[in-house]
Parts: sequence; C-alpha cells; structure tokens
Amino acid sequence: MAAKKRTIRTIPRERTPMAEQPAAERARNFREVACGFTLAEALRESERCLLCPDEPCVRGCPVGIDIPGFIAKLGEKDIHGAFDVLSDTTLLPAICGRVCPQETQCEQVCTVGQTLEPVAIGRLERFVGDAAISESWSSVPFIEPAGFKVAIVGSGPAGMACAADMAKAGCQVTVFEAFQQPGGVLRYGIPEFRLPNEVVDAEIAKLVRLGITFRTNVLVGRLFTIEQLLTEMGFDAVFVGVGAGTPTFMDIPGEALARVVSANELLTRVNLMHARDFPSFDTPLGIGKKVAVIGAGNTAMDAMRVSLRLGAEKVMCVYRRSRDEAPARAEELHHAEDEGVQFHWLTNPIAILDDGSRGVGALRCQRMELGEPDASGRRRPVAIADSDFDLDCDTVVVAIGTDANPILGQTSGLALDDRGYLAVDADLATSIDGVFAGGDIVTGAATVIEAMGAGRRAARAMKRYLGLVDSDVPYDDGLGAAPFGLSGSGRDYVRVRAV
Amino acid sequence: MSEPNAGPARYEIVRREDFSDVTYLLEVRHPEMARAARPGQFVIVMSRPEGERIPLTIADFDGERGTITLVIQAIGKTTREMQRDLAVGGSLYALVGPMGHPSATDGVKKVVCVGGGLGVAPIFPQARAFHEAGAYVIGVIGFRNKDLVFWEDKFRAVCDEFIICSDDGSVGMKGLVTEGIKVAASRHSDIDRLIAIGPPIMMRGCAELTRTLGITTIVSLNPVMVDGTGMCGGCRVRVGGRTRFACVDGPEFDAHTVDFDDLMLRLARFKAEERAALERWQQSCRIEAQPAAIASRQEGS
Repeated sequence: MAAKKRTIRTIPRERTPMAEQPAAERARNFREVACGFTLAEALRESERCLLCPDEPCVRGCPVGIDIPGFIAKLGEKDIHGAFDVLSDTTLLPAICGRVCPQETQCEQVCTVGQTLEPVAIGRLERFVGDAAISESWSSVPFIEPAGFKVAIVGSGPAGMACAADMAKAGCQVTVFEAFQQPGGVLRYGIPEFRLPNEVVDAEIAKLVRLGITFRTNVLVGRLFTIEQLLTEMGFDAVFVGVGAGTPTFMDIPGEALARVVSANELLTRVNLMHARDFPSFDTPLGIGKKVAVIGAGNTAMDAMRVSLRLGAEKVMCVYRRSRDEAPARAEELHHAEDEGVQFHWLTNPIAILDDGSRGVGALRCQRMELGEPDASGRRRPVAIADSDFDLDCDTVVVAIGTDANPILGQTSGLALDDRGYLAVDADLATSIDGVFAGGDIVTGAATVIEAMGAGRRAARAMKRYLGLVDSDVPYDDGLGAAPFGLSGSGRDYVRVRAV
Repeated sequence: MSEPNAGPARYEIVRREDFSDVTYLLEVRHPEMARAARPGQFVIVMSRPEGERIPLTIADFDGERGTITLVIQAIGKTTREMQRDLAVGGSLYALVGPMGHPSATDGVKKVVCVGGGLGVAPIFPQARAFHEAGAYVIGVIGFRNKDLVFWEDKFRAVCDEFIICSDDGSVGMKGLVTEGIKVAASRHSDIDRLIAIGPPIMMRGCAELTRTLGITTIVSLNPVMVDGTGMCGGCRVRVGGRTRFACVDGPEFDAHTVDFDDLMLRLARFKAEERAALERWQQSCRIEAQPAAIASRQEGS
C-alpha cells in the first residue's frame, strides 16, 4: 500500500482502448460491439486513477458508487474485493458498466479528465461485473427478516434496484412483471449487442439469491389493483416502476401501412420474442430491406443498428433537427455512423406513401432549417417552402419518444401529473400511503442508471416508512448463520442471522 | 399468491371441448384472473417459450371454479398447433390478463348482442352480464352452417330472444347477422345498444346498418399486438380521427367512429409471414407423420 503516490505525470497518459468488433463485421451480427477489457488492460487502466481525496466521480454517480475504492482493489488484483465494494452500492455492475452514460456522469467530473482523458470507469466496472458473473460471485448481505412484505411493480432497472435494497433490509419482496420474462427495458428494449440477455439473466439470478420472488405474466392494475396489493394481498409497501413506454406516433398519412412500426415494437419483437430467429420462433419480424427510422434518440439508434443486423441493405435516420440537437448519446451516434447508417438531418417526414399493395413505398419529407430557440432551448426547425422529396424505403420505424403508460392511471387512485405520469413528492411517495414510485413512469423517458437511482431512493424512503434501519453489519462471513435462499457454497449465498 | 422461490406459475388446462374441426375450447386454471375478469376483456397467451403472444377475448370466467375459458379458431400456425398439442392436464407457457377496459352494462334496457366467427364465444359473457343487470337481451349469432353451432343452450339461458343466422340456411334464418339485426329491429323500436364481436367485415356491416337505424353500437377490436399493455403500438387503430391503442384504450370502441379500412389494413400486416409459417408447419407435420404411417403399415403387414 505504500506505493509511490500517483500523479498526473506518472500515470499512463492514454486511456486504455477497449477492443471492438470492426464496424463492417459487427453491423451484420448480434454479438457485443465492445469486447471488454482483459485483466492486463483493466490493471493498466486502474493505474490511471489518482485515487484523489475529493472523489468527484462518486458525486457524479447517480447511485454514489465508491469508485476509487473499487479501482484501488482492482489495482491490487483483488477482483473479488473490487466486486464487494461495488456491491455495497450497485447490484448490477455488468449492466451499468455497459449502458450508463458515464461521459456525462462519473467520467465527466474525473480529476484526470481535466488534463488527460478521464479514467475509463464504466469499462472497469463492467470488467469487475463480468468477472463476478463468470466466477458466480454474489454479494453476501447479512439479512435479518424484518417481517414486512414488499411488492415491486415492474422488473426493469428501477424495480430491480428497489427490490434488492428492500430484500437486503429483510423484507419479503415480490416483483411483478407483465411479460413472460423479467428485466423490463433491459430485456425487451436494449439490444443484445449492447447488453446481452445472458448478462440480464445473471443479474436477475443474483436477485433471486437474495430471496426475491419474481412473478411474471402479471399485469398489475388489471389482475389486481395497487390498492388490493395493500389490502387483500397483505403487502406493507409497494414500489411502482413500470416505465413509460407507450410509443407516440406522428399522425401523418400512411402510418397504418404494414411495415410501419414503433421502435418499441421492433425492439420487442427482436429482443424479447426472438423474431430474428423466425420461423424457429413464431413471432414474425415485419421489416424489409430499406429502413427509415424517424428520430435520433438512443432508441432510434438501437432500432437502426438492429435493422442493419437483421440484414437491411440501407438504413436511414430521419430527423427534423440537426446533428447537434440529436438526443442520442455521442457514442451511440458514432456507432451508428460507423456501421453505415445514412443520416438525413433537418428532414421532416410528412407522409408515408403506399407501395400499391398496402406496404411502404417511400417516405415523403420536407427540408428544414433552424430558426429561433424553442421552449427546449434548442433551435426550432422550420420547414423550407417547396422542398418536398421522397426517400426510397420499404419500412418506417417511428422512434420519436414515448408517453406515460395509462394502465395504472385507469385502474388505481394514484394521482397523476398533468402529463399523465405518476405524481410523487421529494421522497418518491405517491398519493397513496405506502406506495412509492420512480423511474420513467415518474420522470418520462430517461436512462437505466437514473431509474436505478430512483429505485434506491424510493427504497430509502420505504424503509423509513416501515421504520426499518439497515443492518450496520451488512456482510457476513457465514459463521453462525442459517442458510437462506438458493443453496450454494462458501460465501456465495445469502444468509440470515440466526434468531 | 405464490410463496417466495416458488416455481413458475403453471396455467393448467382443465377442460377441452372441440366444437368442430376448427373451433375448440380451453378452460384454464387461473384463480386470480377468474376473479378479476369482466366481460369485454382479453388475455394474451403463449403456448410455449418459442411461441408468439396471441390476444384472445375471454369467452367465460368462473370465480368459483377458478378458471377462465377461451374459445379458439384454428386458423394460423399457432392456433392450429395449439389445437393439435394442448390437452387436459397440459398447460400454457404464459397467460396474462385480463387486459383492456371491461364493457359497460349499466343503464342499458334493451340490447342486441351480435357474434360471428371468432366473436361468438366472447359475446356470451356480455349477454350474460346484460341479462344479470336486468336488460332485455336479444342474441343474434351467426354460423356458416348447422355443424358449427355451439353454446346454443348457454345463449338461450341468458337471452330473451335468440336468433341464429347461417350462411346456407341449414340452421335458423338464412343470411348474415345483419339480416338477424334487421329482424330484431323490426320487432323492437327501443333498442338502446348493440354490441358486435366478430370478423372486421362483419363488424363493419353491423356498424353501417345500425348507423341508419340510429342504434348506439360497440365493437370489440382484436388487431395484431405484441405486449397488450400499451407498449408496442402494434394494435393502433384510427377511431374518431385519432390513433388509439386497442389494448389500453379499448378493446371496445364506438363502432360508428372506427375506421374499419384502417383496421383491416392493420390486420393484414403479417399476411405473407403468417402464410409462410403455416405452410412450413404443415409441411413439417407431414414429414413427422410419415414415419408413423410407415410404421403402421409395417404393423399391418
């Protein structure tokens, strides 16, 4: 430990590159784009962290991961130790290391980043998370039964994070999911080449080891209501993390034609229903060879890159503003560009033309120019007169955003805000006593880590509501404790303190 | 309520009945859903993990038996495969619901419940609900011919008048259900609602007729959907000039505001894929059947 103090002059100057599949190759397969660090690469990158005392990265992280702490352990080649540090604050390092927008969070404020490129925190987190999965490590919280039953509605990132915290606090947690498999947007939304389903499975298996029950095929609101969870079903508290996810359409002529789909539908067919393996799987895909994707957010980028991998010859991005206003992460935009997506900036779709047999023949667009800033602070796109033209395509994917899912508003007494999202107070408490909510159903579409952060904040509020105090001995070596959860060996399963 | 770490739920088939070569009934155990279900709602079913999610309108539910009933027409690959493979004691891989808004029965004094094709079974719980709510119920049910008739006794038990229509006149009156509606309308001038469930072409026919008769008409739409929870937008239909989702805004809508051309366009989205899947499946069935046929010939020799 008495190693020489690192300074900005002694650390490796260049950020350690991560191997990626070449663009031309990866654009035709569903394997992960970014291949991950080797141990040598991870060790080298860990040396770039100054372990600086003011730790701006920790404050930059929505869940407050002890970033220097895990990187220090990694530097000592104690990967399990690094995993334990991560496990104190995040349950899903293999997921967050992949899908967090680190460039606007921890890495943006990294001290090294003021002079050189910032430490590749996300890649290091992924390295540790992947090691934990391949070695079947799981954190070993010291769980004391608290005697409370907690229901989590929605098994996406917000629900997973809240479920984990409540299980660690000793609650008997049941997660309800409407689909046949848990994971929410991590399962149906984010494609395999960014987040393999195996990683989602592994992270969910960890939650099962915490004693959490997953009930799939349950549509809360319709099978039973939020109110029934608290009354007839005996739950002491409820967290609602159902996501936003009701796609909006443009209301332009031709939207009913076959091969006009929402990005949500395309991604769900491919990611959850395995439509790319049709006919081995029964769900058909319904896209053609020339795909126009409307929108330029992260979901749009996913839809474009999925379309390429499904064998589309031409994939186009159609966006009414310019590249500078595109809401997608910079890295996603780069990836899409590298893989050969054609971008049509300042292009506004006005009609989808019939090919004569009720399919898509073309996308009629008009050219735009940027005017004065609008309410969002971005310059408003204004149509250029007589600039209509037709883009040749046989499929249109609409990826212009989502609205709040209406089901809970229809079936419960939960108060909504004026946009239809759930109304919550500063503690994420809803209008019904004992019911908390977080993630996209509160904020509108945001990121995975923000949803996880909301799930954890709601868990803190829920614990206060139930009068629970977290154990001050969160981890245990296993002595004198009775096994609980799935059987395992050594420290790799959850234990309950003998009462 | 399953206990922690219980195995996956099993949606057991407790009864099966075959009404004809194409129409079969499955009664499935799901006590929570049997309690929650209301007329007009639907479920999504997956028969196996590699299967597709198909929406089916609930044909009956019984809170005491803890079951829901589905009546299925074997038309495409999935529904034919289910017809071949699902038996009592077997189970569905996934069953989720009840989905959609329940239908409203309040305030209706005289109602015509119209069912045809795949809509015959799901109109039954509606007729029963109106009957239980004290309304005068006229059932108008269409079948292609006499051999396809089912549930006549169930309908007669809840209908004050019951009119069967058949394409060939082999049972009841000859003609489409619209002919039956005309008969009902000629007998009653005070019909205050008509509910129609069936193929889109039938529902459109009903809507056009009742528009001239001035009868408030509700149809239940069943477009292609993936999740059934408002997430994919695949089930969008134009109603009253707006895009609505059948799964969360419906499935029932005012028939006089539904754009049926749009609905039919949406239903034909996967025609080519559906045909290809069915042909491939039938081909594989023939190949599977061959060794068995050879074996039986050898046994016979």
